[in-house]
Formats: sequence, C-alpha cells, structure tokens
Amino acid sequence: MPFNGKSGKFNASINTVEVGCGEKAMKIGGENVFPFYTFDAPIENAPKIGVMITDLGLENEPAGVKAYYEGCTTLGEIAKKAAEMPGADFVCLKLEGGDPNGANKSTEECMAAVKEVVDAIDVPLVISGCKNVARDTELLQKAAEVAQGKNVIILAAREEDYKTVAAAAGLAYNQKVGAESADDINLAKQLNVLISQLGVAPANIVMDVGTAAVGYGFEYVVSTMDRVKAAALGQNDTQLQMPMITPVADEAWNVKEAMATEEDMPEWGPQEDRGIGMEVSTAASVLACGANAVILKHPASVATISKMINELM
Amino acid sequence: MALKGLDIFKMTPKTNCKECGSPTCMAFAMKVAQGAVDISKCPHMSEDALATLSEATAPPMKTIKVGTGDAEYSLGGETVLARHEKTFVSKTRFAVNVTPDMDVEAALAESSKVDYDRIGERMHAEMVYVEYTGDAAAYTEAVKKASGKGKVLILGCKDVEAAKAALEVCKAEKPILNGADASNYAEMVEVAKAADVVLGVSGASLDELYDTTAAIEKLGYKNLVLDTTGATVKETFANTVQIRRACLAKNPDRTCGYPSIVNLSKLAAGDENMQIALASVFVLKYGSIVVLDKMDYATALPLFGLRQNVFTDPQKPMKVEPGIYPINGGDENSLVLTTVDFALTYFVVSGELERSGMPCNLVISDAGGLSVLTAWAAGKLSSTSIATFIQENVEPKIKCRKLVIPGKVAVLKGDLEAKLPGWQIIVAPNEAVQLVKFLKDLKANGEI
Ligand code: SF4
Repeated sequence: MPFNGKSGKFNASINTVEVGCGEKAMKIGGENVFPFYTFDAPIENAPKIGVMITDLGLENEPAGVKAYYEGCTTLGEIAKKAAEMPGADFVCLKLEGGDPNGANKSTEECMAAVKEVVDAIDVPLVISGCKNVARDTELLQKAAEVAQGKNVIILAAREEDYKTVAAAAGLAYNQKVGAESADDINLAKQLNVLISQLGVAPANIVMDVGTAAVGYGFEYVVSTMDRVKAAALGQNDTQLQMPMITPVADEAWNVKEAMATEEDMPEWGPQEDRGIGMEVSTAASVLACGANAVILKHPASVATISKMINELM
Repeated sequence: MALKGLDIFKMTPKTNCKECGSPTCMAFAMKVAQGAVDISKCPHMSEDALATLSEATAPPMKTIKVGTGDAEYSLGGETVLARHEKTFVSKTRFAVNVTPDMDVEAALAESSKVDYDRIGERMHAEMVYVEYTGDAAAYTEAVKKASGKGKVLILGCKDVEAAKAALEVCKAEKPILNGADASNYAEMVEVAKAADVVLGVSGASLDELYDTTAAIEKLGYKNLVLDTTGATVKETFANTVQIRRACLAKNPDRTCGYPSIVNLSKLAAGDENMQIALASVFVLKYGSIVVLDKMDYATALPLFGLRQNVFTDPQKPMKVEPGIYPINGGDENSLVLTTVDFALTYFVVSGELERSGMPCNLVISDAGGLSVLTAWAAGKLSSTSIATFIQENVEPKIKCRKLVIPGKVAVLKGDLEAKLPGWQIIVAPNEAVQLVKFLKDLKANGEI
C-alpha cells in the first residue's frame, strides 16, 4: 500500500501582484498552498529576490559587495550592476542618506538618487526609506511621484504614516504599497484594512509583516508569517491575502554575528562568511514561512537563495 | 485513531466481575475510552488487547531516544505542525558527515571547535554521520575513530555485514543504524534488534520508504527514524513535509510517525551556503536530524540561533538571566544602562551598545521576560524594581552613578531620582537603533 497523504491545497489563494513594467515586470504571490508545497499544487510564481543598494554608495559594505560593484562610480551604475546580479529579480533602493540622525541629505538629493536609479534600470524597483518615520513620510510620498509610471513598491506605509504614504503611492501615483507592521498578525491585518479603506485596491498592496535576524526573536517572525498564511489560505481572510515581502539584508548584517570583526572574535573566523551565513539563513527561513520576495545584498547570498528557490520549485 | 468504547468492550473478557470498580465490562470500556480510567485497572485483559490499546492511545509521532549519558537525545514526539499551536518538543540535531577516506579525527576535532553557550544552551553538532564507502574494514576503523567523543553516531551503511561489524565497536553508545531499504530491511531489522539500536529506513521514493517502513513494523520493530533524503532537494522537502503531515493528521498514519533524517551532505555537497539555507528550511519544516559537511561558526551562529528561537514555548517569552553584563570591556567606572530581561530586547540593546564601541554595563533586572512597555504596564518594571536591583546588585560592584533608562519609561525618571540618591538618571531614546548616536552625543557633550 503506497503512501497516501492528503493534499494540502486550499480553495483560497494569495493575491497576485505585478511589479515593474515591460518585459522585466514580475509577479509575486498567487499560490494556493503553503510555501514550496509544490506537491500539493503547482506554484506559478516562484519567490523573487531583490538586491538592496543605498544612496550612500558602497563605503560601508563588506569586501565581497564592494568587489562585485568594482568600477561603478555613480549610483546609476551601481543600480545597473545590482539589476544584473546573477539570481536577482529586482532592485531595492534604500534612501539611507535621508536619515536625520545620519547623513541627513536633503529631500532633493534623495529624489535625485531615486531618479538616477529609475532611469538606470529596467527591472522592477522597490523604494524604501531610512526608517525614521517622520522623514520617510516625506521621502516616500515624493519618491512615489518621482518614480511615476514605473509601478514600483513603496516600502513602507506604516500605521503612523499610511494616510500620506499609501495615498501617494497607491492612489495618486499608481504604485504598489508596501504595508509594514511589526510581528503581529492583528496589526498586519488592521493596516491592510486601513489602507484598503483609503481606496487602494488589494491587488496593489504587499505586506512586510516584520522581520528579525535568525536568533533575534525570530520565533515571532515565524509565527506571524505562519499565521498570516494559515488565515489567508485556510480561512480565506481576504485582508491577509497580500503577498509578503521581507527585507533581510539590514537585519542580518546588523547583528553581532555579522558585525564582530575577526580581530574581536578570532575563533568565529572570517567576518564576511558569518554575515553571508546570517543573510542566507534568515532569507531561507522567511521564504520557508511564506515570504513571496526577499531583499538581500551580498552576491553570494543572492546566488545561494536563488539556487535554493530553483531547486525547491 | 482513538478507540471507541465499543472497540474496547470487545477486548474485555465480558465477565462483569467488577474487579475494576465498574459494574460491567461495558461501563469500564466507556470510561477507558473517555480517558477517565486506565486500562490497567482490569486485571483480566489479554496481552494482545493491552498492546492494541496502548498502540491506539499512544501519541501519533513516536519519541525515539538515541545516544547515552550526556549525549542522549530525544527525537520526534511532536504533536503540531506549527509552533504557534504548541511548543515543538524535540530540537533538530545537527550531524557532521565523515567518510573512511577522510582524516576522521582531524575533521571531528575541527567541527568540535564549535561548542559554545547561547542563552543557557550548549551549542554544538551533537551527532556524527559515518558514511559507508564500500570497504568494511576501513568503515569499522572510521566508526571506531568517531566513537567515544560524546557524539551520537549515525551509521550510514546499507551493507549488512559491514553494519554488523561497525556496531560491534559502537553499539554501547546507542548509535543509529541508517541502513534499511527495500532490498535489505529484513536482515537489517535483525542486526538492529540484536544490537538494540534505532534503525534508519530509506527508500528510492516516498512510496517505497512508506512500504518498507510498514514492512519493518510488521516484523515488530518500531524503533525507527526515516531518512527522507530523496534524489533532489525538492523531493526531500516533499518527503519530509508529507510524512510529518500524515502522522499529525486528524487520522494519523502511524507508519509516518517517526523522526526524520535529512542529509544535506548528499544534496548540497561542498556548498556551505546552500547547506545553511537548506538546514534553515529543515529546522522550520520537520527535519529531526540534519547532516552537514562540517560545523564552523559561519554555519553554527545562524542555525543554532534559529533553532533556539523556533523550539521555544510560544506562550513564554525567552528570558536572559538578571545581572550586570559588561560590554566593550566595561568596568566599575563605566556607564550603567538598564533594560528588561526579554531576550529580544536584551539582544537588540546589547547589539547596539556593542556597535557604539563604548565601554558600559548593561544591567538586566527581572521583568517577567516582557518587553519594556508591556513590563511597565504589567507592573514588572517599575521605579521600585529598578531601584531595588540597583541597590542590591549594582551599587556594591559599580562605582559609576549614572544610570540610563529606556526612553519608553521616561516617566520613571523622577521616582528613580528619589529612590536612588546619588544617581544621575538619564533617559535614552525610544528605539534601540538610536542608541549609538545618543551615546556619541552624550560623550560629545561631556555628560559621560
Ligand atoms: S475487571 Fe475487567 S473483566 Fe472484570 S468487570 Fe472490569 S472490565 Fe470486566
């Protein structure tokens, strides 16, 4: 008697969201099974990988990242090179320079950066802020305007600023709205409801339900994502059927495991290998929990995760 | 499947002798079915009936014990498919792969360098997978070298005679014999039975694995693990998930109710990053043992961190021990900062403090493992709790009298100043990410 497992295919499915335009446009979501459960039903759109670059250039990047972009002198060239990274599907521009506690660049400078990247690439683009909510409100609504016609994801609209950011991105400039909440299924749902009530169509919303590096409270990430997928698919909760996008690079490269130098921790071995390990493990984990897209930065991580996705699909 | 009262009644002698305390066998059977009375209360049940009953009431996924002494581990015994439903009970264990043509001792010594403590848990590869490559004498030699090292051995060997010989040198350590398949299972069962070890079963397909396992169960051996490694990553993932799902389904398929072995050393040989990626997936999705080429810190730090997070009680937050944690070489004259014992908060805050490069002391008091605001709202983080901890534990050891408190409980400043005479209370920003700049500014302003 052969193995007789029941299929775990659901009647409900995740929304399909199209990002970018032209030949290189990509679709995320659309599946009616748990992540990589292709034995239950085919998954049409494989999870996608984005490469994060920042308007501050390469100065603070690890050697392997610098080496990959060698010869690039402008942000436009960096963006182009990021778009060509083997395994990458899209580019994420982080307006890190806008941080008032950091470089504190002017809005005009930041928008010039957006324009330069938009003009340089033809792959889909995600634009993310500097994580300072007050600043991001301004930067992201302007960015939505500057990138008009490119069908980008504006990451992110949060509870505090969704009225401005989601309205600009989702209504005024026809972009995709990235709704960001922090590791709580109820908050994730509430934000989707609020953004929908502004008039943004569900097909124009993606979710960042919060992330952390593995080892750093990652159980909350796992359970939030597990529960979101279970509600979206198992209970047909239409307010949670938006595909999920997870920025991984910032989290993974900013913990002790990736930041301690080999001098400080000789027994830990090469620093860059540890950073890649954290990035790869965090990305693989959020994908296993249902992320439809991840944002990474190291070429070795992108290559590995791309190979993993291909082999699992 | 749970037995109904009537099924149990059929197994009683139907004599209504009342020795069980129930008036009739039928009444007794009903109570047993409800779980109100244990079957052992009836002294007249046959051995067969007892076996059938214990089988039917046993948890659908078996708990399999391997190894001995300090190196004894439980595998399996899970009751849910997602960690938010209930705690995952048996952590994924990592094995390092060795073959007889390697310098086994050197390889194991290298991997054993990774052995550290993370929030009270010892982190190291707990197992060694010894792969058979065709030469029985060399194999026994390799097994001998790998044994006695405080690791659980897994013998990846389908050759019956070679397995027998290798078990002779290591069976006291309670290894796993991962060697049964459709072609040899009857003999392998005898070998495993004789050595009293757990038997690993594999198959060319999920159907073959399933049928072989069923056949082995028929032979009466149920001390098993299932090697779900297939020809490809995709197949392996499908096998591993479907088997776990079938044994935890509403109508559990007990033939699937065993722990799994996933051999990444086979699926992604020589590709460390790919092994890290896949091992992460299988920590989350149902790998009981994951076999890797080697263990180094680039692999260990993410995987053990992930595992520690995933195998926690979803109801109970992870906590760090209260105490003084010096950072960047902080000493008795260094600045004191305090926050709660919620592990996530501790990690984020200590990470930022490390990033600042400034020597300081992070003081953690007992706040019930809650985040700052929750602990404050629940009364577990108060001016009294902080002041008491500072007076009892910090004042005797630290000379600095500047205390930085979390921005989210800035309201405590006044009370703390009153309760901690001699201390200057400084309020930190709301978010940990702002700490680096905050400390830099304090220093620039000459405040610290
Ligand atoms: S002790 Fe056993 S045989 Fe006697 S009444 Fe109870 S169930 Fe029946």
